[in-house]
Amino acid sequence: MHVVYSTGDRIFRRVVTAGAVTSLLVLALIGLFLFARGVEIFRDMGPKFITGTNWTAGSGDGVIPAEFSIGPMLTGTIVTSLIALFFAVPLSIAGALYMEFFAPVKIRRTLVSLLDLAAAIPSLFFGLWGVQVFSSMGERWAALTSHYLGWFPLFNNELGIFGRSPFIAGLVLAAMIVPIITSVSREVYSRTPRELVDSCYALGGTRWGAIRAVVLPYGRSGVVGGAMLGLGRALGETVAVYLLLNLVFKYNFNILESEGGNIASLIATKFGEATPYELKALLAAGFVLFLLTLSVNMVATAVVQRTAKARS
Amino acid sequence: MSTTGELAVDVIEAVPTQPWHKPRAAQRRDVLTYLALAVAAYAIVMVTGVAGPDGWALVFFVEILLLTVLRSRGIGRAKSTNAIVSTVIGAGAVVAFAPWMSIFVSLITKGFHGLYVGYLFNDMRVTTPDDELNMGGVGHALIGSMLMVLIATAITLPLGILSGVYLTEVRGRLTKVVRFVIQSMSGVPSIVAGLFIYTTVIALTGSFSGFAGALALSVLMLPTVARTAEEVLKLVPEDLRAASYALGARQWRSSLMVVLPTVRSGLTTAAILGVARVVGETAPLLLTSLSNNAFKFNPFDGPIASMPMYIFGLLQIGTEYSLNRAWSGSLVLMLIVLALFVTARRLGGKDKR
Repeated sequence: MHVVYSTGDRIFRRVVTAGAVTSLLVLALIGLFLFARGVEIFRDMGPKFITGTNWTAGSGDGVIPAEFSIGPMLTGTIVTSLIALFFAVPLSIAGALYMEFFAPVKIRRTLVSLLDLAAAIPSLFFGLWGVQVFSSMGERWAALTSHYLGWFPLFNNELGIFGRSPFIAGLVLAAMIVPIITSVSREVYSRTPRELVDSCYALGGTRWGAIRAVVLPYGRSGVVGGAMLGLGRALGETVAVYLLLNLVFKYNFNILESEGGNIASLIATKFGEATPYELKALLAAGFVLFLLTLSVNMVATAVVQRTAKARS
Repeated sequence: MSTTGELAVDVIEAVPTQPWHKPRAAQRRDVLTYLALAVAAYAIVMVTGVAGPDGWALVFFVEILLLTVLRSRGIGRAKSTNAIVSTVIGAGAVVAFAPWMSIFVSLITKGFHGLYVGYLFNDMRVTTPDDELNMGGVGHALIGSMLMVLIATAITLPLGILSGVYLTEVRGRLTKVVRFVIQSMSGVPSIVAGLFIYTTVIALTGSFSGFAGALALSVLMLPTVARTAEEVLKLVPEDLRAASYALGARQWRSSLMVVLPTVRSGLTTAAILGVARVVGETAPLLLTSLSNNAFKFNPFDGPIASMPMYIFGLLQIGTEYSLNRAWSGSLVLMLIVLALFVTARRLGGKDKR
């Protein structure tokens, strides 16, 4: 179909398109600028930027050469986020199912509003709460885990100090991403065709029978999308991790030990007193983080949008 | 005997029953059982090595689970699985909701006693970390946050509305791409937004400023505003557009004068949700606006305080009174977010009616 627009319409459409394309432009610019400023580091460090172990600004006179590698922080980012997902996904599914199928109708609306509000709690509060309220409890859990499961390398802790570990940071991140995963999952579950659920009951099925046979399979890809959105948040979280984790440059897979960090908290920590060359390294690190979260988010978005379309 | 009298004896009055509701007595019995279990759990926590509220919750859960298992013997496998899984899901939901409930409670209990009348109107110019809680306040941080958020809104609201209009009215070739990019953009880590503004704006102007902070916040705010605007515009009935076209309006007139005015409060909601999303962001401000201790009304003049940076800074200092102030500041910030949310909800309800 060929449409002929009037002059007014053509101007209108151009202006609107320009406005809409701004977001595209901003996203492209972010990637471009971070890459352009960090490319020197990529060139100087080569693959060691990802695989090495050190982050040293050097002595300035060249006696100790500057060496930058985000390896430990990259693994730290992934480790804390995986811990967060491990706890957050089952809890969120339980929360979403409860809100949609178990909660009394009277409090359901209140719960949904509260969930929306919870998703808007600034991450700073999770850091504050984690440090001041939760960490003593988390340390106790960590000590218990290490006491009974310490023979397993993952839970080994030689020093007996349990504060400020990837485990605790991961738990707080889990608390932080539960609202978003719960709300996406609940949304998908609520779109389950009513007649399918009812036919389960009509066949004599129980509530759990209906959930297992209809609701869970129906909502699976939505939950996956929600979990990936949560993962994206956990990967990029700065202040909560900064406040909860000792920044130590070491590949640390003993999640109960007080060592770790993630890329975002590395940037926040080193930014203040960085040399110009180190600053470039931080920008390069930012670029890696940007790519990582963007790819996770794009997959998540594709999954969620595809589910939404398939249903409607 | 009359026939009517005989009939009257046989008539059974129907009492409305609600088989899906538990009878009162059963409800009362349930409450009592749970209370007894809670007390028992407390006793177990007292006499054994299990400790703390988490220990109590665990014991309580195990008790309930045991009770459920015991009760569901002999009612068939499907039903007993249902009962047990329901208990587990309920417990999971409680654990999922516990952290933010705990955050709300801690904000109130820990933040409350740092509040006093002057808290909202004073700055931290002459207050040292060890001064009692009757000095200093968040006035300067409130002003700073307000300036930055206002600038960010002024930038993102038009862009967000244009994106929404593009996705719902213009529907050009890039519709899918724009929608996808906006959605993915909401996942840009806040610190990356800060870095971006740092390498561009601050490298260019040579100084940290509230304006730079506002730009960083805009990057984070745009996706929320654009998405909400799209959602709101989608709700406008197609008839309205058809009617305005039928009256001879061009697309631009129908969009600007018919469609947009009907969703005015919805677009306000979009702005408010965007503000709620960014008002507590710390990481980007860490790299762009930094912080200061005194009132400042010029967003272009060097570092400026903001609510999140105020809290963050006090946390770094870490003295007892500083921590108290951090909690009080957090309480104020949470109340602001809450107020924004309630307003957004009120307005959101308006358009639908």
